[in-house]
Amino acid sequence: MTLDTSFATAVQERSGQDLAVCYHCLKCTAGCPLSSHMDLKPNSILRMIQYGQRERVLKSHAIWFCVSCMTCGVRCPNEIDISAIMDTLREMAIEAGYAYAAEKKVVQLHEEFVRSIKLWGRLHEVTFYIGYMARSLDILASLPAGLTLLARGKLPFLPKRIKGAKQIKRLYERAYKTKGQLAEEE
Amino acid sequence: MTVEYAFYPGCTAHSTGLEYSLSLHAVADALGIELREIDDWNCCGGAAARSVSNLLGLALPARNIAKAQSRDLSLAIPCPGCFNATKRAQNALSNDPQMRAQLEEIVEFQYEPGLDVKSMHEIFLEPDMLKRLGEALKRPLSGLRVASYYGCALVRDPEIVQMGDHENPVFLDELVSALGAEAVDWSYKTDCCGADLAMTHGKIAAEIADYIVAGAIEAGADCLMASCGLCQVNLEMRQTGRGQKKLPTFYFTELMGVALDLPKRNQWWGMHIVNPKPTLKILRRGGRT
Repeated sequence: MTLDTSFATAVQERSGQDLAVCYHCLKCTAGCPLSSHMDLKPNSILRMIQYGQRERVLKSHAIWFCVSCMTCGVRCPNEIDISAIMDTLREMAIEAGYAYAAEKKVVQLHEEFVRSIKLWGRLHEVTFYIGYMARSLDILASLPAGLTLLARGKLPFLPKRIKGAKQIKRLYERAYKTKGQLAEEE
Repeated sequence: MTVEYAFYPGCTAHSTGLEYSLSLHAVADALGIELREIDDWNCCGGAAARSVSNLLGLALPARNIAKAQSRDLSLAIPCPGCFNATKRAQNALSNDPQMRAQLEEIVEFQYEPGLDVKSMHEIFLEPDMLKRLGEALKRPLSGLRVASYYGCALVRDPEIVQMGDHENPVFLDELVSALGAEAVDWSYKTDCCGADLAMTHGKIAAEIADYIVAGAIEAGADCLMASCGLCQVNLEMRQTGRGQKKLPTFYFTELMGVALDLPKRNQWWGMHIVNPKPTLKILRRGGRT
């Protein structure tokens, strides 16, 4: 049996990180604030990439639980920027159409966030949050937080579009292609 | 003498972090700092853009760099998230020629190296500013014990943000001392608040907020002090108060405003989710005995 290294090669090339230098000291996993909630721990993910476990890695909850806090990377004795690997894995999961497999709500939240910027140039919290609730139907869990913030009188109800909105639209067309990158609605 | 900066407010300045924005401008006015908002800025992409597309996460802040680079002024950024995203984009533009070419095409600009991107903290901690602060201090915060919360974006990746020690930073503690308060030594100052995972996984965010607050209480703190609109909201909103008291999280500029005795400060407290007024009574009593 031969090991399929194509996945590992692709991840290494895209993230610019060398997986082979990991000796599993577990510093990344020990320091990660979310690792106790992850199905695959950060160091396991590195190992599974090397073993060519493409589908298990790209369908994992863990890649969406990573909040890019960068604790793992700055503590890695071999200077592997694990958050850059996580960025790469999330992009690959979206491209493969796996993004909704494990953590649909997280992906929908991020998609609504970037959609809000695309529309207005800036984040408009109220419409972003309503958009997220409408898509995820996660209303019971989300509404109290939204109302708590709304009650403080800090959130403007109506969005304002920046002057360069057309330029932002072109920026999105070049940097974030909807086709093939945004996961299809299931 | 007034000191001028180009200024990037960030989206939370007009929403969840409104009390940060109001207190920042009040303090800047009092210390003679003029913040000139860059024209037609856009959202830096937050954590979300990077999560779905690394390129988008760099292109959005690159457009703001394009807006600020032709001025002779340093760019001041109050929100650590925006600061981090902008520094990341600047790092890519300066050190990765391939990415630079790609970003220049996407954002329709020519990158000119040399823009000095500063976090608002750095500006207040400059020797001249600390001197001005010392001279303007009317109401030293004696007796108040403050746990400075740095979070992630302000200190990591240290090679990109250039804010010094990323495991045990103390620059906010220096500011706390300059205000006459006591900075407590504690272990959770750079632990992540859970960021936007709070919006989809509230229980996890509550667990994280509770242990950060527990760490501050254990160290004897009366309050936390933060500077990120997301951290501050997460810490105040997600802590459950189960088995421990609730601690308010001040923006550092709010505590500066109290020490400078700025009259506008009473507008800020109602915007908090954890009422900070009982904590401020420690000051009215003239500190601890």
